[in-house]
Amino acid sequence: MRTIGSTIAGTIRPERPITSGTNGERRPLSLLFLMLLWLSLLIAFGVLVTLIITIIIDGQGQFSWRLFTEYPASSPDRAGARPAILGSAWVIGTTAVMTIPLGVAAALHLEEFADKRNWFNRMIELNVQNLAAVPSIVYGLLALAFLSMLGVRDKNIVIAGALALSLLILPVIIIATREALRAVPQEIRQGSLALGATQWQTTWRQTLPSAVPGIATGAILALSRALGEAAPLLVLGALVFVSFDPNGLLSSYTTLPIQIFNWTGRPQEGFHQLAAAASVLLLGLLVLMNGLAIYIRNRFQKRW
Amino acid sequence: MTTVASTGGPATTPDRPSPSPTNFVGRSRPGEFAIRLFLRIAAAITVITTVGILIALAIPSIGFFAEVPVFEFLFGTRWAPRFADASFGVVPLITATAWTTFLALIVAVPLGLGAAIFLAEYARPRARSLLKPILEILAGVPTVVYGYFALQFVQSTVFREWLQLPTGAFSVLAAGVVMGVMIVPTIASISEDAMSAVPQAMRQGSAALGANRMQTTLRVVFPAALSGIVAAIVLGISRAVGETMIVAIAAGNQARIVTNPLEQGQTMTGFIANAALGDSRVGSLEYDTLFAVGLLLFLITLLINFISIRIVRRFREIY
Repeated sequence: MRTIGSTIAGTIRPERPITSGTNGERRPLSLLFLMLLWLSLLIAFGVLVTLIITIIIDGQGQFSWRLFTEYPASSPDRAGARPAILGSAWVIGTTAVMTIPLGVAAALHLEEFADKRNWFNRMIELNVQNLAAVPSIVYGLLALAFLSMLGVRDKNIVIAGALALSLLILPVIIIATREALRAVPQEIRQGSLALGATQWQTTWRQTLPSAVPGIATGAILALSRALGEAAPLLVLGALVFVSFDPNGLLSSYTTLPIQIFNWTGRPQEGFHQLAAAASVLLLGLLVLMNGLAIYIRNRFQKRW
Repeated sequence: MTTVASTGGPATTPDRPSPSPTNFVGRSRPGEFAIRLFLRIAAAITVITTVGILIALAIPSIGFFAEVPVFEFLFGTRWAPRFADASFGVVPLITATAWTTFLALIVAVPLGLGAAIFLAEYARPRARSLLKPILEILAGVPTVVYGYFALQFVQSTVFREWLQLPTGAFSVLAAGVVMGVMIVPTIASISEDAMSAVPQAMRQGSAALGANRMQTTLRVVFPAALSGIVAAIVLGISRAVGETMIVAIAAGNQARIVTNPLEQGQTMTGFIANAALGDSRVGSLEYDTLFAVGLLLFLITLLINFISIRIVRRFREIY
């Protein structure tokens, strides 16, 4: 560009360097446009900061160890979120055990084994995309109907909540796993196959281990979505007064988001402060999980 | 793969029949067959889920529509399923959903597209890798926390104390605006992908004709990425329609036709969340009502998703 510019244009206008494209950048209209773009990012970040400051200020009065050790109570000064924290741990743990193997298996089928021209496999692909956009509350209705069909009377049990959340994040895990598998170069598979490994041996010993960091990142992000989710559990009747620690898959439970919903809806100011404090806790947990996911991605992901 | 198989395999060379033809199929492996079957079943579970959703929603809905005519459900203007003179017109729920979705889009579309254009066209790689994760945090905040924020800060502090708006404890405006912020990352990241996919040569061509970056963005990149941008907005609509916790907390729970965003209103999702709180007996009309509204919600989002997929296929410009 420089040589052409100096030979052709340089003879005409020697005092001005050719910088095509940047000539109009300082016009008022383009500056206004750039400012609007900045403004849109600024507003979005501003809301995020305001939200975090709001819940910290609202919740600071109630932020103590009592939140972790005490059970819900009728007075905000004695109430804590211990069963909700344990309930969240139970539900998310069960969800992880149920959904990660299933999601990875489905993704392996779609990515490594499925014949892409087969109508059934194409339908599965389209279906996964669609499921990812189904409103979360519909999964609650699905679990509710399923349990009613089985004749389960008390639907507020850990395994039921985990079922709803598993189906909710299954498409997310499948999509993330497929991306991780796709990032493994074809040469790895071809090399393994050339050495006489079968397709499954190749998948199990070469492709899958290489994709594990990507899968772990995707799975943690999906679980963090499940952790913050309340709507499907609400439909299953998780909004109850639980004054004991959940202790099994058939135990009754409540979760942290549900507890926040409950406290937000109370008329007393003290409960609102508790809701804010619990929100800070929930956000902190999510930041930790996301941080872990980012750490795994940066630390363990192979760059081919 | 196919080229390797046709040129590299000695078994396929016709002029040199090997004494012991290598069997590339190998011995039969029942274990491997079983594993493949398991993987296939795992993938099929996604389809079973969809079918399950349809059946789970349809069967109670059939019971519902046996008692309430479809026409009365879809076009009735009074929603009072729990009253003695029960009435099942879903229009009030739909108006509330339409208002919150509309308000969310008014917030999310300009902010999301602005952020996307900045990230795709203006930001340097370093700034981009810093700004994008922060934007994604907005999508990761739990919806109950947004609900708390909408009710306690936006509605009660900003609207009522600072702006002195004539509004009650709840409003669809607060719920819609906060929901809009929630879906900004959805719209931003998909539109940004679409704009980043526009080939660099088009920008260079535009710059060579003397356009500045704003003109290039608005007249070349934006139209070229339009299918992806529209798909992003449609996905945003689908998320707004299905969002539950924000509206359950901040929009209120009186089902009536909403004519003004400062009023409170109950959306479809808000109704399902609230009705589920009351313990309704399996098989009762109240229980079936949940599923009829759920079916309507599911069909609306399904329709929106299919429109989005069609738009992407139809208007995609391939380079």
